[in-house]
Amino acid sequence: MKRNCFHLEFEAPGIARAALPGQFVMIRSGEGLHPLLRRPFSIHGAGNRRVEVLYEVVGQGTELLSNIKPGELLDVIGPLGNGFSCNSRSVNHGQILVAGGMGAAPLLFLAEKMGEIKTSGLHSPVNKGRGRIKVLVGARTKGHVLCEKEFKKCGCDVTIATDDGSRGFKGLVTDLLASILSTVNRQPSTIFACGPKPMLKAVSGIARKHGLAAQLSLEAHMACGIGACLGCVINTKTGYRRVCKEGPVFDSSDIIW
Amino acid sequence: MQVKCSVKIGKLVLKNPVMAASGTFGYGEEFGSLAVLKKLGAIVSKTITLNPRPGNIPPRTCETYAGMLNSIGLENPGAEVFLKEKLPVLKRIGVPLIVSIASEGDAGEFAVLARRLDAIPAVEAIELNISCPNVVHKKGGTKYPLIAQDARATYAVVKTVRKATRKTVITKLSPNVTDITEIALAAEQAGSDAVSLVNTFYGMSIDIAGRRPKLGNRIGGVSGPAIKPLALKMVCDAAQKLGIPVIGMGGIMNAGDALEFLIAGATAVAVGTANFVTPGITGEIVDGIQRYLRAHKIGSINSLIGSIRS
Repeated sequence: MKRNCFHLEFEAPGIARAALPGQFVMIRSGEGLHPLLRRPFSIHGAGNRRVEVLYEVVGQGTELLSNIKPGELLDVIGPLGNGFSCNSRSVNHGQILVAGGMGAAPLLFLAEKMGEIKTSGLHSPVNKGRGRIKVLVGARTKGHVLCEKEFKKCGCDVTIATDDGSRGFKGLVTDLLASILSTVNRQPSTIFACGPKPMLKAVSGIARKHGLAAQLSLEAHMACGIGACLGCVINTKTGYRRVCKEGPVFDSSDIIW
Repeated sequence: MQVKCSVKIGKLVLKNPVMAASGTFGYGEEFGSLAVLKKLGAIVSKTITLNPRPGNIPPRTCETYAGMLNSIGLENPGAEVFLKEKLPVLKRIGVPLIVSIASEGDAGEFAVLARRLDAIPAVEAIELNISCPNVVHKKGGTKYPLIAQDARATYAVVKTVRKATRKTVITKLSPNVTDITEIALAAEQAGSDAVSLVNTFYGMSIDIAGRRPKLGNRIGGVSGPAIKPLALKMVCDAAQKLGIPVIGMGGIMNAGDALEFLIAGATAVAVGTANFVTPGITGEIVDGIQRYLRAHKIGSINSLIGSIRS
């Protein structure tokens, strides 16, 4: 795994069966009173009775979680939130996935599901021709690039952007997105993005400029994760909306930045 | 051994003393299959105001040592939407419903809300939230930010509400005061059937990288196990001075914590922040209290309440 990044896999048949790409789980990182609250983690993969989570150690909660040993019990609630909306129609009209940093985690699960939708339909297989899912992966340096192999394994067309230019495009993944959209002949129908807030804001602007729909998966500090506390709201055209309940995936045109 | 767990608060009879605290339980629907809501003694719904309120700017929560800060700011859809959309869901849970109300204006707005709720049979009691730390009661008739920080203003609001409803009235008090028993006595004298304490403590948290408050509203209310000893002391003080029931809350995480409040003199307890950590915790607390009563051969919870030894 990349520096400070951990891949967690746990058995939870109920969650694995119900999970949709873009949904998340709330995990308790210890049994003590500090840290007190559960931490939200987007679902990185699900199937075969198991759920996968990919996370970076950023504080005490994730630090504690990273110390868990195989075979230990984990206290998990999920799947929570709305998830990305994708059907065979949207999948076969071309789409582009934009991942910033840890944002790759839920998008890999999405790419896998899109692959399933494509191959199960009458359309050309996912790994042939122009119907391929385009994935842009942004990271600080080449050492921070996540899920490149896994996206390729799903038959995705992957392009890398690094802040320092150590791999692929030099610059922000949103700059890469803008340059791709202004050169391609056939515009994708939808952008699916997950990453830090400034990145999502930039994606939102690019989508508007090109008249594209964009589904953005947002992050927020959550206390409950189930819609009770009203703590994780973001401002939208219809007022404050809970990231944990009405989100975490929002239509970019609804968000007021 | 059969143990009697029911308690009485005003006209309200609870099958056990464990309630879900206002603001931590949404309107019941959020918990769905995660908690056995039928086990609760009562539910206190998220505070409503006469008109819808958008609430404070995010971020609205952050974690603190063994606790959390919140600055939700009483976001709610307003009384009419609550009655039309949320009340039917709450009613279906089948446990006594206490509706928490707040005023954005003067005491008159409390009375308007209380009169409106008085006509609704499903509402068994009304809790007056005069202590939310995330708002300022500009027309509260007090020089302090909160009505609950001023004994006279508290008296005036409770008196006005008392005239507007025959339902059980519970006054929710703030710990951000010099002497909480003074405010509690004012509420009792004005006709409150019970007091509930404590609401959250004023607090703040700073992001040292950006040197900015972590909360969008700058300050918020501290809750969680960190505040339990502070809250317990206030509940104990109030219970000894008052003739009306005290509903105790502040950082209750398990049955042991709840029992401490009951022994200190609380007739009932409310569980707040713990619902976020373990959505089914209230049911476990009910079971734990019953186990304790049986283990200690206490036939009725009423023998335990206020039984603190010197």
